[in-house]
Amino acid sequence: MEDSKKLEQFEAKIASGQKIEPKDWMPEAYRKQLIRMMSQHAHSEIVGMLPEGNWITRAPSLRRKAILLAKVQDEAGHGLYLYSATETLGVDRKDLLEQLHTGKAKYSSIFNYPTLTWADIGAIGWLVDGAAIMNQTALARGSYGPYARAMVRICKEESFHNRQGYEIMMQLAQGTPEQKEMAQDALNRWWWPAIMMLGPGDDQSPNSEQLMRWKVKMESNDAIRQRFIDRTVPQAEFIGLKIPDKDLKFNEATGHYEHGPINWDEFFEVIKGNGPCNAKRLKDRIEADKKGRWVREAALAYAAKREKEKVVA
Amino acid sequence: MNDTQWPLWEVFVQGNPGIPHKHVGSVHAPDAEIAIQNARDVYTRRSEGISIWVVPSNAISASTPEDQGAFFEPSNDKPYRHPTFYKIPDGVKYL
Repeated sequence: MEDSKKLEQFEAKIASGQKIEPKDWMPEAYRKQLIRMMSQHAHSEIVGMLPEGNWITRAPSLRRKAILLAKVQDEAGHGLYLYSATETLGVDRKDLLEQLHTGKAKYSSIFNYPTLTWADIGAIGWLVDGAAIMNQTALARGSYGPYARAMVRICKEESFHNRQGYEIMMQLAQGTPEQKEMAQDALNRWWWPAIMMLGPGDDQSPNSEQLMRWKVKMESNDAIRQRFIDRTVPQAEFIGLKIPDKDLKFNEATGHYEHGPINWDEFFEVIKGNGPCNAKRLKDRIEADKKGRWVREAALAYAAKREKEKVVA
Repeated sequence: MNDTQWPLWEVFVQGNPGIPHKHVGSVHAPDAEIAIQNARDVYTRRSEGISIWVVPSNAISASTPEDQGAFFEPSNDKPYRHPTFYKIPDGVKYL
């Protein structure tokens, strides 16, 4: 069949709401874009464990420690669903990890910020996971079957992450003046990075009409960002914390919040590798991979030995 | 030794007694036993399953989507396999 004919059928299928499955014909640009997006997403889940892992041994109670452990384990799980979904496009996880470790592949800019106090763990769950949910619920309606299905699972689990973070912030905000100050400080530091993690504004990142038509991208960055702000501002007000944006105001006519200017220079610097923790995150990730290598090799050797014994017996 | 990150296994989970196992994704593991353990940790952290099957990914053969039409065509030209093909008079019961 002619490629143009195949392309026509592929687009008709997507337009009618059907999912594209791994063995279906797909344009090379579709496959490439998905591999890039999905592996970047998987890397973000894996690197995202590092800032939170920083607080597992110092969580303020056994309850908080158990919750944080479960959350970080979920992030590992999300990374694995996503690598598994990416592998259906004909790439090997080994190669994807190599791209992460050599700096060829990116992960979310947000994980290059440090977690300085316990309140940062609250801010991450509430704001970072909150922003991620906005993005991921849109992606769950995407056209590639394995990615969309992984998003559905992930969104269900993110809801716990989001709530446990808000609960941490609420408890601190209702605590001693020092605790409330700690919560406000975390909000001050995480608000703008969380706003930025949803990606550059639509004027700087023209959404390719093709990616929208192919349902690889479902909504513009600014649209997702607006929804996140509209939902999050009242949550902050409810617990008596102040959003660090002096220009923030509610527009009665549109029913939306209007925000002040975003410092995109900072965003692009972090993306380029000049954020506060870029070097440390990459170093820790490579170290973790290296430290796990003997386990992978020993388990393989053991499996081979047992296979041999089976043959003899 | 080449760091392979372990071979790939496809994972099937049975959600409740009496329903079929369903494909949920894949895991990397050195052998079947660890594949099952990894699948438990990755795919059933919130009581999503009561039974897990794992199969080496390269052991699965599948039909090709391109041939879908022709491949499944034979079932379309045999309408007499469906009970609605047969006309039964109104008065006849239990058929």
